[in-house]
Amino acid sequence: MEIMSQKLLLSAKEIDIILHRLACQLIENHTHFEDTVLVGIQPRGIFLADRIKQILINDYKLSTIKMGYLDITFYRDDFRRGEKPLEANKTKIDFTVEDKRVVFIDDVLYTGRSIRSALTAIQSFGRPIEIELLTLIDRRFSRHLPIQPNYRGRQVDAINQEKVKVHWIENGGEDAVYLVNS
Amino acid sequence: MSELSVNHLLGIKYLKKEDINLIFETADHFKEVINRPIKKVPSLRDITIANLFFENSTRTRLSFELAEKRLSADVINFSAASSSVKKGETLIDTVNNILSMKVDMVVMRHPNPGAGVFLSKHIKASIINAGDGAHEHPTQALLDSYSIREKLGEVQGKKVVIVGDILHSRVALSNIFALKLQGAEIKVCGPKTLIPKYIEKLGVKVETNLTKALQWCDVANMLRVQNERMEISYFPSTREYTQQFGVNKRLLDSLDKEIVIMHPGPINRGVEITSDVADSKQAIILDQVQNGVAVRMAVIYLLASKIKQ
Repeated sequence: MEIMSQKLLLSAKEIDIILHRLACQLIENHTHFEDTVLVGIQPRGIFLADRIKQILINDYKLSTIKMGYLDITFYRDDFRRGEKPLEANKTKIDFTVEDKRVVFIDDVLYTGRSIRSALTAIQSFGRPIEIELLTLIDRRFSRHLPIQPNYRGRQVDAINQEKVKVHWIENGGEDAVYLVNS
Repeated sequence: MSELSVNHLLGIKYLKKEDINLIFETADHFKEVINRPIKKVPSLRDITIANLFFENSTRTRLSFELAEKRLSADVINFSAASSSVKKGETLIDTVNNILSMKVDMVVMRHPNPGAGVFLSKHIKASIINAGDGAHEHPTQALLDSYSIREKLGEVQGKKVVIVGDILHSRVALSNIFALKLQGAEIKVCGPKTLIPKYIEKLGVKVETNLTKALQWCDVANMLRVQNERMEISYFPSTREYTQQFGVNKRLLDSLDKEIVIMHPGPINRGVEITSDVADSKQAIILDQVQNGVAVRMAVIYLLASKIKQ
């Protein structure tokens, strides 16, 4: 059996600093967030989205921020193509995005296919003015589609066999990002 | 579990409890989808579904067609009244002709019990039974249980009485299988002539007094009197049936609790239930119709995910 090794990419402290920076960058572009909605991409983007929202509320008193969770399962381009069946998660968007500025939030940007699916899925909730992407980890040189983040936490060069694992306290553990070699 | 244990939905009889749970969890997601401004997902854009109705149907056919379209499948419809079946073509020939047009899934209603099972042994496509004679109507039972779960939180431990023509009812049989699987208690109630002799072998109790049955239950599923399936008279008159087995507001108000009223439709207003009951807040008949689309989307989606490329 092959031995699995992992390398710490980001510690809890580093993640905390990065999240505050990303929150500030969002404020730079969206100021009071009147026409902006944050959308966490299910399943793993929602932890990051919750954190960013908490920072904006607690540290910058932006208490009226709208946020939702978007599940992309039924919009994926690999239905019936994988070994395992796709499992859906809950979509929770109780507003329309018509004429809104949408910020997608996801933990890792890899091939870009999830974001492609999310771009289609969000159209069911109206026509946004613009859509931006915020991601904690941007895996360089691994994109299948012309999609890039507007806000990125850390760029990582990883080869295809490697996986980037993001852990959150809410997810049962500590805040940490690992590069796992399987 | 994230995959159904079956490749066809021929009857509730062939399902496991986990299958029903998976269908309901998936239906929850689709119920959210069909309440969005745009009620459609692209999952099944490379799947073609044939709706073969060898027997009349309005709501089931519409519900299936809507579910298929909400999933972006291509849909073809066929009804026996306007087809070559009238010219003497066999079932397998009819279906194989349709399948040679590259159809992936068949939704079939047929007057003969077991038609779906028979077909599944002879053709390659995935089959959903939309009612086979007086045998099973699995998607109706699933949407009924789903509606009970939505209204009362869960099905397990709930007391359900199925009232009316149990003998000719595929809805009753599928409901009994589905409710049993989920741990509900079941009674059937109706004229003795319309209750099958060995029904208790299925683990249900018979109650011939409607008031007692309603007093016992949490949910009453009122079946339609199926005059079209009755070659002989099973009760003296419709008026007498209504007096003994019809539910009206006065009867409901006389109970010391509020029960849930269900009906698979189409309703014979004034026969099995009166209008004031059908339109009351205790009745979840229109919720059943809405849930039908979500549940059928879940069944179609889960079966389609097993069709290999």
